[in-house]
Amino acid sequence: MPSVLKFGGQAVFLAAIAVVVGYFSASPRYHQIPEGQSQIKLAIQHGGARIEDCRKLTTKELSKLPSTERRPITCSRERVALTIELSIDGKVIYADVLPPTGLSGDGVSKAYKKFLVPAGHHVIEAKLRDSKRTDGFDFDQRIEAELKQWQNLAIDFNAEQGGFLFR
Amino acid sequence: MPIRAAFDAAERLLSRIFPPHWNPLLNLGALGFFFFWIVTASGIYVYIFFDTGVTQAYSSVEYMTRDQWYAAGLMRSFHRYASDGLVLVMLLHILREFALGRYRGVRWFSWLTGIPVLLFIYVAGISGYWLVWDKLAQYVAIVSTEWLDHLPFFGQPLARNFLSPVNLESRFFTLMIFMHIAVPIVALMILWLHLQRVTRPKINPPRGLAIGTGLSLLALSLLYPAVSQGPANLAEVPGEVGLDWFYLGAYPLLENLPGPATWSASVVILLMMAGLPWLPPMRKPAVAVVNLANCNGCTRCMADCPYNAITMQVRSDGRPFEGEAVVDPSLCVACGICAGACPTSTPFRRMSELIPGIDVPGRTIASIRTATDAESAKLSGANRIMVFGCMNAGVAEQCRSGHVGVVALNCTGQLPPAFVDYVLSRKLAEGVIIAGCAENSCYNRKGTEWTTARLEGHRDPNLRDRVPRERFKAVWAGRLGAAGLRQEIEALASSVAALGPYAPRRPAKSRTAKEQSNA
Repeated sequence: MPSVLKFGGQAVFLAAIAVVVGYFSASPRYHQIPEGQSQIKLAIQHGGARIEDCRKLTTKELSKLPSTERRPITCSRERVALTIELSIDGKVIYADVLPPTGLSGDGVSKAYKKFLVPAGHHVIEAKLRDSKRTDGFDFDQRIEAELKQWQNLAIDFNAEQGGFLFR
Repeated sequence: MPIRAAFDAAERLLSRIFPPHWNPLLNLGALGFFFFWIVTASGIYVYIFFDTGVTQAYSSVEYMTRDQWYAAGLMRSFHRYASDGLVLVMLLHILREFALGRYRGVRWFSWLTGIPVLLFIYVAGISGYWLVWDKLAQYVAIVSTEWLDHLPFFGQPLARNFLSPVNLESRFFTLMIFMHIAVPIVALMILWLHLQRVTRPKINPPRGLAIGTGLSLLALSLLYPAVSQGPANLAEVPGEVGLDWFYLGAYPLLENLPGPATWSASVVILLMMAGLPWLPPMRKPAVAVVNLANCNGCTRCMADCPYNAITMQVRSDGRPFEGEAVVDPSLCVACGICAGACPTSTPFRRMSELIPGIDVPGRTIASIRTATDAESAKLSGANRIMVFGCMNAGVAEQCRSGHVGVVALNCTGQLPPAFVDYVLSRKLAEGVIIAGCAENSCYNRKGTEWTTARLEGHRDPNLRDRVPRERFKAVWAGRLGAAGLRQEIEALASSVAALGPYAPRRPAKSRTAKEQSNA
């Protein structure tokens, strides 16, 4: 093959590789979420109440402990599981019991869930029980939101800030 | 194997426009290094203008892309496209080595150390996308952290950092830039390990190829600059993103398939890749053996061994030579290139038994001579051709006929050039063909290169001047296939028939009874 043709062939090949690199570096485009949808993201990280309440040690119990470990109050480690419920427009879309983490069941309970809902007006209600009670919820919050297409509504939880945080 | 056939076809095609040593498919590893250096240099320049921070990251990248498009913006695009090129050649390199079977036996070390390099390059690239903090970065950050959160190692879910705008801290970007710089450095260290058992590794592509690929990526950077995809906004889902499929091709799967399934699949794929060199266990051929009585410590075998399997050590037999060759059995693949380099591997030797200073027991130089004699005895006509064919090229055997004899070699590098002289001067054939793998594509890395250099007289042991060059040819048949090799054989057969019988200036003496017994 004449050298001019060879040189041209090399240029065409390298240009073709550059086109492949350029194209696949940002194409084809990927649709993460369909049009007309929005997302609700629930992210909970919260420790439930202790299964046993803290109590004062008796003098007899204290005397059995080494002198450096004589704290007057003792607490159990295990925590209760959280009971959580999320409903949209009156329909429950998520309900779960979240066990505490940790080998001794003394860590926080965690949940991280995503839900796609049609964009538009919605009534969103989140409930959570973190105490030893067996029915009802300790936190129950409800908001009305106008969700735009591809909007991400985050539902966080912070007991010190009053419970659920809709962001 | 279809993958090998595809690579052979692509190599054949590219060999028509590129010189053999420029062929991009034969320089994949070297091109990977070249792209790595481009990424490093352009990354250092871009880092000067980059600002870490939730809002500053995006605006600093925008400044480079819009206000300084001719310098920092160009470097940003060059950085991106060279990174993509790196992934492309890295994946092709892995696939090609797999297709050619270059991952088993002693090559397990290079294969295994290549796996973490692959992972680290991916981590480095993905962390780079994160830093821009545009919509794509947001997508990458959320999918990555959600995937990592399936592991039970993290106390606080990583994905919570990207729950809403108030959750995000600038410190995260400091961590990411540290990762983006540290991970490639670790990858480079492992690359050093990756090459430890490779003699004369090719880490720089030929200058012309480097200039060509560099310019093509630079032109791409100018004509189609890399741009951001709008600032990240955690209050919105990045509904549509332009993924870099080289780095993020698996992300839609990670996002949509259950975490345990994707983690299990990833672990299984990694374990399978790591275990490939031993699946199934390979029967190791008998390694090269040094015969001290014939070894004078000339070091040629050590210089030619492509696997660093031969070292020179202090003479152990008291003979007055500087050293002796010692073979490391764990590194030797029994390619026989050492025997081809040994000056004592001469087929003309008849007065004593043909035992070179170094030889491979599975295919000795003596057995090659015996096979040559036996093949010659079967040939007839005035256009007899003796083909010395590499078993790895695998096509020579298909060319045997009434006037074509074939002698199998472990590698063309196993053949001492004196065999060409031997065949012609002993009138065992009128022409000789050495048929090996494709140029620069030798199964044993250096066989074709050393054979070419020996035949051209650039490397010891070289072909004697008296051998008529018009009566032999080296054909790199791995790329041509059996049909192409047959054409070359017939062309030489016609040519030598036209030349008439070969009349050596010093005809070989007839064999004595002792020579016959040693043959």
